[in-house]
Amino acid sequence: MSTSTAADDQFYREYILDHYKNPRNYGRLEHPDITHEEDNPLCGDVVGMDFKIKDGVIEDIRFHGRGCAISQASASLLTERLKGIALDQAKKIDKNDVLGELGIQISPARIKCALLPLKVLKVGAYGLASDEEDEE
Amino acid sequence: MSTNGARRLDVAAIRKDFPILETGIAYLDSANTSQRPRQVTGAMMDYFEHFNSNIHRAAYHIAEVATERYEASREKVRAFINAASTKEIIYTRGTTEAINLVAYSWGRRNVRPGDLIVLTILDHHSNIVPWQILAAANGAHIEFVDIDERGELRQDQFHELLEHSPRLVAFGQVSNALGTINPAREMVAAAKASGATVLVDGAQGAPHQGVDVQALGCDFYAFSGHKMLGPTGAGILYGRRELLEAMDPFQSGGDMIRTVRIEGTTYHDLPWKFEAGTQAIGEVIGLGAAVDYLNNLGMDAIRAHEREITEYAYEALSDIEGLTVYGPPPSRRSGVVSFSLAGIHPHDLATIADRDQVCLRAGHHCAMPLMTRLGVAATARASFYVYTQKDEVDRLVGSIKEAQRIFK
Repeated sequence: MSTSTAADDQFYREYILDHYKNPRNYGRLEHPDITHEEDNPLCGDVVGMDFKIKDGVIEDIRFHGRGCAISQASASLLTERLKGIALDQAKKIDKNDVLGELGIQISPARIKCALLPLKVLKVGAYGLASDEEDEE
Repeated sequence: MSTNGARRLDVAAIRKDFPILETGIAYLDSANTSQRPRQVTGAMMDYFEHFNSNIHRAAYHIAEVATERYEASREKVRAFINAASTKEIIYTRGTTEAINLVAYSWGRRNVRPGDLIVLTILDHHSNIVPWQILAAANGAHIEFVDIDERGELRQDQFHELLEHSPRLVAFGQVSNALGTINPAREMVAAAKASGATVLVDGAQGAPHQGVDVQALGCDFYAFSGHKMLGPTGAGILYGRRELLEAMDPFQSGGDMIRTVRIEGTTYHDLPWKFEAGTQAIGEVIGLGAAVDYLNNLGMDAIRAHEREITEYAYEALSDIEGLTVYGPPPSRRSGVVSFSLAGIHPHDLATIADRDQVCLRAGHHCAMPLMTRLGVAATARASFYVYTQKDEVDRLVGSIKEAQRIFK
């Protein structure tokens, strides 16, 4: 049985749990310019995002949803990164950025949880085909 | 089937037959797929290494042995479920293919516009989707029997639906997601009395409760070898002979024909009419060995063991604060315990359990309508079988407490 303490857990690191329990930019925006939701049918996780865009810049962003610590912390981290940057810049964010930000080793079984928020961004904010992120 | 109810399983001895358990895992996912004992893999290896050849065709010795063992497996399955004849035992890839066979070969010809199909909210997707496709193709409609707050089918609603004379009634003997043991015999009798054709999904029933299809009285019974100690790729459709005789073939091609002429084809006799192409011969032989293994243990002893483990797990889990167990009390459920933890997603729990080598299922268990009905996206599920021992349940409890500590 594991004997690690919560603080030194290699997977459920403190900042991951913090983003899960105290998600940043959580909620809905009134009159968003873009709103989009994606789910992971395998585990029922849902992440949705509302964007307020002004002059090509993400002026405000909120996410909502339900799911595991990884999908929700990943969404929280992504919204922090997106807030205030240009959409053009947001388009450059890829899977390695998201996984790097999470900073933990993610097994193949959980990678879709980690990348669900990125899928919301890609499909919602700039209309990429929804299967774009399905490749490993 | 053994009738010796007093016999107890010697779990320590049983575990020695399952090499995978030596790796130290606590395997709590047998409702998903069971493990296979050496006797099963041994029977398969014997075929692959000593008489690998195709069946029903060749005139040489090893092919005769292969054919003999393939058909001997069919007789074992027939006896296991007490079917009247081996003509009623069709090999498929699994429960899913067995149900699809019925939906296609029986359904397309017999279900008409306006017909009612009755299913239940407890059903596995494999006993829902084929009927949805059939209903859409033939203009039929589907009604689902709901559950009560204990996770048991609402018999009042079931009987109301039967008053509308459904063409087909299909339901699971045991729920894979909640473990609910449905009163299958009463339900089949009532459905037959209403004039319906009845299919029972026995995927979670045959391995744990066993079945006597003649006593049950259903028209079709589908189950999988891989949930009853056999290999993947070999499942069974039982069908009443007169129904099977009247049905069109499912897949067609080699081995299912009598004569093929340019002008037309006549089909082989039962059961081969439904077994087109080269079959999963090694797997079917392995399934026969699994039936022998189960018979050796005795289905009554298996049921008693599972009930003991299930009661133990139910109590241990119910004692944990913030944990909700779904479904009926242990006396009315099979070896399945589905639950959720406040503030911890089932996937996170499964990841933490995995670090303790505890194999736990997290997800919707291919029962999304049921998850919607329960108001959850997913649950965690522990499920048990002949080799499960209490210390594995204790290890699960340890993983749950670890998860609660991490997420507190």
